[in-house]
Amino acid sequence: MGGQLGFYLDQNYCNGCKACQTACKDKNDLPLGVTWRRVVEYSGGTWANADETLAPNVFTYYTSVSCNHCEDPICVTVCPTGAMSKGEDGIVTVDPAKCVGCRYCEWACPYSAPQFDASAGVMSKCDLCADYLAEGKEPACVAACPSRVLKFGEIDELRAQYGDVAGVEPLPDPSITRPNLVLTPHRHAQRTGEGTGAIANPEEI
Amino acid sequence: MPDVAETARTFLGMPVTRRRFVQWSAAAGGTAAAVGAAAHYGLLPADSASAAARAVAGDGAGEKVVWSACVVNCGSRCPLRLTVVDGQITRVDSDDTGDDELGSQQVRACVRGRSVRQRIYNPDRLKYPMRRVGKRGEAKFERITWDEAFDEIGSRLRRTLDDYGNEAVYLNYGTGTLGATVATSWPPAATGVARLMNTLGGYLNHYSDYSTCQITAAYPYHYGSWVSSNSFDDLVNSKLLVLWGNNPHETRMSGGGETFVTKKAKEMSDVKVVVIDPRYSDTSVSIGDEWIPLRPGTDTALVAALAHVMITEDLHDQDFLDTYCVGFDEAHLPDSATPGSSYRSYVLGIGPDRTAKTPEWAERITGVPAGTIVRLARDIALTKPCNITQGWGPQRHANGENTARAIFTLAAITGNIGIPGGGTGGREASYSMPTAGFPTLANPVETSISVFSWTDAVVRGPQMTALADGVRGKDKLDVPIKFIWQYAGNALINQHGDANKTHEILQDESLCETIVVIENHMTASARYADILLPDVTTSEQADLAQQGSAGNLGYLIFADQAIEPLYECRKVYDILTGVARAMGVEQEFTEGKTQEDWLREIVAASQELTPEIPDFDELREIGIFKKKNPDGPVVPLREFRDDPVANPLDTPSGKIEIYSERLQEISETWELPAGDHITALPEYFPTWEGAEDPLRSRFPLQCIGHHYKARTHSTYGNVEWLREAHPQDVWLNPTDARARGIAHGDTVHVFNDRGRIRTVARVTPRIAPGVVSVPQGAWYTPDKDGVDTGGCTNTLTSHRPSPLAKGNAQHTTLVEIEKA
Repeated sequence: MGGQLGFYLDQNYCNGCKACQTACKDKNDLPLGVTWRRVVEYSGGTWANADETLAPNVFTYYTSVSCNHCEDPICVTVCPTGAMSKGEDGIVTVDPAKCVGCRYCEWACPYSAPQFDASAGVMSKCDLCADYLAEGKEPACVAACPSRVLKFGEIDELRAQYGDVAGVEPLPDPSITRPNLVLTPHRHAQRTGEGTGAIANPEEI
Repeated sequence: MPDVAETARTFLGMPVTRRRFVQWSAAAGGTAAAVGAAAHYGLLPADSASAAARAVAGDGAGEKVVWSACVVNCGSRCPLRLTVVDGQITRVDSDDTGDDELGSQQVRACVRGRSVRQRIYNPDRLKYPMRRVGKRGEAKFERITWDEAFDEIGSRLRRTLDDYGNEAVYLNYGTGTLGATVATSWPPAATGVARLMNTLGGYLNHYSDYSTCQITAAYPYHYGSWVSSNSFDDLVNSKLLVLWGNNPHETRMSGGGETFVTKKAKEMSDVKVVVIDPRYSDTSVSIGDEWIPLRPGTDTALVAALAHVMITEDLHDQDFLDTYCVGFDEAHLPDSATPGSSYRSYVLGIGPDRTAKTPEWAERITGVPAGTIVRLARDIALTKPCNITQGWGPQRHANGENTARAIFTLAAITGNIGIPGGGTGGREASYSMPTAGFPTLANPVETSISVFSWTDAVVRGPQMTALADGVRGKDKLDVPIKFIWQYAGNALINQHGDANKTHEILQDESLCETIVVIENHMTASARYADILLPDVTTSEQADLAQQGSAGNLGYLIFADQAIEPLYECRKVYDILTGVARAMGVEQEFTEGKTQEDWLREIVAASQELTPEIPDFDELREIGIFKKKNPDGPVVPLREFRDDPVANPLDTPSGKIEIYSERLQEISETWELPAGDHITALPEYFPTWEGAEDPLRSRFPLQCIGHHYKARTHSTYGNVEWLREAHPQDVWLNPTDARARGIAHGDTVHVFNDRGRIRTVARVTPRIAPGVVSVPQGAWYTPDKDGVDTGGCTNTLTSHRPSPLAKGNAQHTTLVEIEKA
């Protein structure tokens, strides 16, 4: 295994279809309520319709997000049992045998990456499809993306190609966990902390 | 000026911070705690983790990967590669061939195809043949054997044929397996059911479809025949794309289809994209540079005002109009036309209505500010070449025929027709690699009705005439519909208009005497069956899946059998063979052939049309065969543009008929109800339940029903992963929500005099004030009080047809909303 792996998303052409989310659920047999990869809709803007005409200044963009296998994985830091760890390959995983389901990691992670599997009583999360990587295949979500806007690779290469932006609303400040995530911001994207919109689909994430 | 961002924050709580994100995710975790344990379907492997581990280990213990397909009616078509372990599908992947280039792209399945495992192994699956024991719609059935089913269908069909004749037997619209070949469900004439009925003397046919009634009716009068716009791979040659109610990123969502093609072409070019739509669609989100919302059903007024700007500023293409069109100006009208009846006269206010179609006139009707109209007109007229392409939402209205023709006319006024980078105003073309279909014999009955007229034909068939009801092939119907076949379709109630009225009609067994439904699931329509037959899914049979709309890519998929049929389900071909046996026509129906025998013949016949298509066994092995359009992008009417004399259109004049003499004649001879208009020009007129209807004092909101990512029409409507990803709701603007005390996430009722649904409010600035949208296709589920808890948009829509097409005007609907 080479360097640290990460994800890349071109927000411009993400249409919020959630093929990535569903491919993940199919690959990992995830039950309802457990979505290792989710798609957040961020919308805002105004309508100048005081005179009954339709004059919008409205924006929307989507962000597909999973575990970012962070440089400073706060889930690992807060885990009281050592169940959560960042492996030599840089992939953050949870050991169900050690997990007691206290959900501290879920509370701490600003990306909501670790998710509670109620049927097993333990946490579960994205492992970057380590089994697929071992076979030389792409992660299920990346291979599924109809618009080819979700990619993965060595984070150094992704940053060399696409830059190092990860602080876009509604994502948290990347200084918290140093995510291995690179975004090409949507043409209407707003920087973290400077947003004027809101998450439009809280019930879906 | 309302501040939507402020409003949204009020609904959602505090401004977005890291902590809020955490709290929402905690709520999602709570959901998991509540339902997670029950989420797995019984038919998934008991230990899916170990099954997956086996699959990865590739130890070969009963494991295989089989090519299948998603064959629903989205306009795309995707291959699915199903991993099968010990006879059960454990994983769904898609195309693993091709690349990311136009014409050789990987055909990646969308969110729906990805979830097909939950559609196959679904608790709603029909397990064995059943006979109705309750009232229609109650879904009370008793189990019967296949032989009992065949005998009962045979005797009922024989009785209908003896008592009423073949015109009393109707094949209702159904597109659940549109992309299949032997098992295809539409058009009716292409289906196995048609083949069976044709061996018995035929059936009452329908023309057009629920997607395109009005534009289909408009085409012959305007262009002589169906004419698409340029294919989207041609966008690399365009400077401007006007998506007029065209929404490929939510309708044709395949990663090999138009979502991929438009994104790729946009990336490769500097084409600017303008989206005209009452709703800020996901197409606007991804590829739109400008969004222009308008009031639903007022498109024709907007076109007239754009034309007004172009004419008065001399921005129109007079040479094109003089050479290729009839009726733009007074000098190019047919002799029969009265003076002042040209489109130019109509626009400038020197026609009979003496009303200039100025931007200010249109602003009042459409809601689009006059200044925006002026700017848009200049953009469209001065940015060449420009592809103006309409989706099928704008025409699904009470005046949709004129809307379709008006948008065609805009393409003519700007001279963009028949050139690279241009367009015709129709929906996008795509390469169609020629292939063969299932031979279904000829239908001896020549009568047909509009696809939307069947409930009328059930109630008052013999009163329906050509001039009043659009009956074709005959002056009038002689008999009502007495026997309905419904195969792989949900238009028996869910996708037809006015579900509550349809329910009343179907409940009366003295009207339609027999309904046979062939289905996978207990759909809303299946509940109305007299005999209900369990069909296998695509994964349980071998068939060919025909290409979808994919730019310059043509392809053919061998959708093989991945698993044994579940329960007692049978292939539709075998089901129909059983009925044929009961009717004494088995040999005529099957010609002694199995489904695979037919498939081998169809592949061979397809090779006659496209020689590169591999042999049957090789096609089965490779799964998908692709061919790039050898002629480059599709540019419809290129030959006509090059030489209109040598290549005339199929109109009486051979030209584009902005003024149609034949429509003028129809307007004088057809019997229309008050308020309906058929006009020689694509004029605007206010309609019932339109933006200007006084009924808005009671029902102030215009309700459209957009195509939703969670479903293709109603197919996939019972898949939990999709309901989780894209829950059913009603979209409304914060202004309208605030006026009603409605917050995002509230349970609300949407209602009018026809019905009432219960759903959840999605309060969003992404829809125009005064407009709401209930995404179409959710399953009609009335409770004991008649409130539809499924949130089916057709609980609110009407049976009233449009004037020329006699088609479904399902986006012309007025409603009110209140908190439940």
